[in-house]
Amino acid sequence: MSDAKTRGPGPLASVKLFFTDRDKLEPAVITLLAAIFAILMGVGLIFVVSKDPVTSTKNFLLGPFLRTYNFYYLLVAMVPITFTGLALCIIYQLKYMSLIVDSSFYTGAIVATAIGVRLALPAGWHPAVAMLAAGLAGGLIGTLPAILKIKWRANELVSSLMFNYVFYFFGSFVILYFLRDRNQTILASMPFQKTFALPKLVENTQLHAGFIIAAVFVALVSIFLFRTKWGYQIRITGANPKFAAYAGIPVASVAIFAHFVSGFIGGIGGAVEMSGLYRAFIWQMNPSYAWDGVIVAMLARKNPKFVPVSAFFLAYMRVGADFMSRRGDVAFEFITLLQGIIILILASDKIANYFKARRLRRNAFAAEAALAAAPAGGVRSDGGGKGTAGAAGTGGKA
Amino acid sequence: MDYLLRTEGLSKVYPNGTLANKQVDFAVAKGEILGLVGENGAGKSTLMKLLYGEESPSSGTIYLDGKPIGFSSSQDAIAAGIGMVHQHFMLVPSLSLAENLVLGQEPKKGKSSFFDLEKAVAITEELGEKYNLKVFARARVVDVSVSMRQKLEILKALYRGAKILILDEPTAVLTPQETDELFVELQALRSHGHTIIFISHKLNEIFKLCDRVSVMRDGRMIGTHQVADVDRQTISNEMVGREVLLSVRKDKAKAGEKVLVAKDLSYIDDFGIAALDHVSLALRKGEILGVVGVDGNGQSELVRILTGSARSLSGSVVVKGRDLTNQKPGALRRAGVAHIAEDRMTVGTALPASIEDNLMADRYFHPEYKGRAGFLKQAAMARAATEIVTTFDIRCKSAKQPVSSLSGGNMQKVVIGREFTADADILVIAQPTRGVDVGAIEFIHKRIIEMRDQGKAVLLVSSDLQEVMSMSDSLVVMNSGKIVAYFEDASATTDKELGLYMLGLKKQNPEEIGKVLHE
Ligand SMILES: Nc1ncnc2c1ncn2[C@@H]1O[C@H](COP(=O)(O)OP(=O)(O)OP(=O)(O)O)[C@@H](O)[C@H]1O
Ligand SMILES: [Mg+2]
Repeated sequence: MSDAKTRGPGPLASVKLFFTDRDKLEPAVITLLAAIFAILMGVGLIFVVSKDPVTSTKNFLLGPFLRTYNFYYLLVAMVPITFTGLALCIIYQLKYMSLIVDSSFYTGAIVATAIGVRLALPAGWHPAVAMLAAGLAGGLIGTLPAILKIKWRANELVSSLMFNYVFYFFGSFVILYFLRDRNQTILASMPFQKTFALPKLVENTQLHAGFIIAAVFVALVSIFLFRTKWGYQIRITGANPKFAAYAGIPVASVAIFAHFVSGFIGGIGGAVEMSGLYRAFIWQMNPSYAWDGVIVAMLARKNPKFVPVSAFFLAYMRVGADFMSRRGDVAFEFITLLQGIIILILASDKIANYFKARRLRRNAFAAEAALAAAPAGGVRSDGGGKGTAGAAGTGGKA
Repeated sequence: MDYLLRTEGLSKVYPNGTLANKQVDFAVAKGEILGLVGENGAGKSTLMKLLYGEESPSSGTIYLDGKPIGFSSSQDAIAAGIGMVHQHFMLVPSLSLAENLVLGQEPKKGKSSFFDLEKAVAITEELGEKYNLKVFARARVVDVSVSMRQKLEILKALYRGAKILILDEPTAVLTPQETDELFVELQALRSHGHTIIFISHKLNEIFKLCDRVSVMRDGRMIGTHQVADVDRQTISNEMVGREVLLSVRKDKAKAGEKVLVAKDLSYIDDFGIAALDHVSLALRKGEILGVVGVDGNGQSELVRILTGSARSLSGSVVVKGRDLTNQKPGALRRAGVAHIAEDRMTVGTALPASIEDNLMADRYFHPEYKGRAGFLKQAAMARAATEIVTTFDIRCKSAKQPVSSLSGGNMQKVVIGREFTADADILVIAQPTRGVDVGAIEFIHKRIIEMRDQGKAVLLVSSDLQEVMSMSDSLVVMNSGKIVAYFEDASATTDKELGLYMLGLKKQNPEEIGKVLHE
């Protein structure tokens, strides 16, 4: 009834709640352990392949913090994978498998480039307009695999991977034919207008305002998924689409809308990356942040609240590995192995629920023992705290 | 007495902390049919899953032939001669019956590793002959009746060499005739030396079939009796802890205006068969219209079309004067049609979602639950859900736990609880008491009558003939997708007469049938 009640606990209280609620804490601990385990494996690997393992290990583990530049770079690297991770949280809540956010992100970057190069707008407005346009383009693209699946039962994973090629080459075509800077030998667009750049958060670093925008989106997506009717519809449809339809939820529109929102976030991510980090479009290949988004969303257990943490972790490993590889004899690619390990651990429910199962078993037996110790007459232990006070009982005699 | 299978102090704690079996001592002798009864959530299925190696006990021991055993999976149990037919069928719908029977132990062509379908068919027919459980070996599972699927499940266990057969509520989905048939077959199995554990909520079945009966309540074994030495009242007292009223008491219906008129509905199923063949009927306020018929004669299709889950090829559905033909379920729900789906597992609930989310799925957008800008009032939703859990006695630890962790009967109560509180004027109810215990049946029946007396229109479809006959004010009988009889006064007919119509041996003339439209 009262507004305060319906809004739930405040931010501080919910942090406290999180650390006292073991159901929520334990998965987090296990995820953390998985991460630590992966890092330890990485260190082991370094010791196997490197001629100077101590320095390489130090560079890998501490590299991101040894140089200010590296640390800011880590924060910057979090931005795109936060956007794709959030986008994929929505898709995974719906229990779809589409990876179309790759197209949304890439096309978002292309749309932003076109606006950054061609339009003259006041500072502030310029990147905002670009983001909105990129978001809309990304959102519309995002709906395609969902529409194909609903209309013709086309597998959304396959169709989205196909679309990713289509939109990648379409984007390259647009740059090449309409936006290319002919004075450059590499493929690059003409430079963006000055007004297009997002402000830097810290002078002389790469850290840009996109970091804040990403943080805002983390909050927005959490609210969207867990507090609004749209999020509810998405979660129920994901849990059982037949049930959702039977209960009266318009499942087709829900799936398409969820894909639109997911693509919208991806598109904005692409635009933020362009206006925050670059002076022109210079990607020679598709950076494919969608795949990183898969890892981020999995580490976050489909929960947008944890996306920043997992994005930080992935970026930390990346920056460390990059720093190490440039100063030693271990190749950057070794982190793909670590990512594989993490995914394997997290994909196992049994590991994920280990602590919980153990604790609950202990609790239940303690309760049982207490019950047995209680004086006789306890045979008729109706309910024992379960919700059994029942109307079924009111019909009979007391 | 020497028992074939016995447990000592068996306990089971589920990962969510539910203590489903508490120190259970249970025993079954060779060659007997042992009944197992208890309320929904008493722990019957859990105990059977422990015996079948599907779940592992948290403590306690299982003895087979006097030797302690520890099954690590149902494979081990099958190897030891234990077979189980689950409360929810476990067949592959798109495969033939013969293929399902041999699945996992397929016969091969000669020395090759190719599957030999002909041999599988021969095995199925031979086995069916031997145990007098006849099935259509070549038909696909989707195409055959529930009772044939049941037989197949039993054959499957026998094919794997089961000497001990566990049947978890096998009759919940059968018609009375099919149940009788099953009993004859089970008694034949007993005379072959098989041992059978039989779970049911229907005490008359226990008394008809079983030698002994064990009663469970709240995870504990309360007692075991020779069926010959005990009466129903004792059993139901042990089960529920109070007397249960099984006869339905109701006043005469005061039928009001028509609120739903369905005309000329047709449906062709995936195999080109007219599952529904130009059916018309009307529902009136304050009246329960029962639909009887052998399962699979168009009842499901009728229900699905009336509730928007399937499209009719012809005709119209008019709800309170509004044409809602072939509209989506959402539109029909908004027009005041609630629907208890017969399949609670795949349609009626979202198993991985919480009880609360399941209870709110048809109403989350109502003003009580939806605030400004699409925000949900979560505290209000939680409160409403807890209230339904209490009213409908859904046995759970909290409304936040997933529906998949409930017992079969409690899942059914989730569906009932939602639809009965939907504030609808028209209730389309299919198999409301399938798998629920006697106490809950009494409660559900009382609520249906109550709602009728409040002026709601009810369409009641059930394969429990006794239930439809005692609950309904008027009746239609369906056969081969058509309505073949209409009785304005349900008490004016007998089950014998209905049987003739149900089997298609008798048919009223169109004029008499047409009276169901009240024109
Ligand atoms: N997988 C599970 N996880 C958690 N709890 C469970 C699980 N399966 C069953 N339970 C709980 O264990 C208890 C016993 O359930 P069980 O299925 O054995 O009941 P039952 O006697 O077969 O009831 P019914 O007649 O309704 O089928 C119930 O409280 C149920 O909620
Ligand atoms: Mg059960």
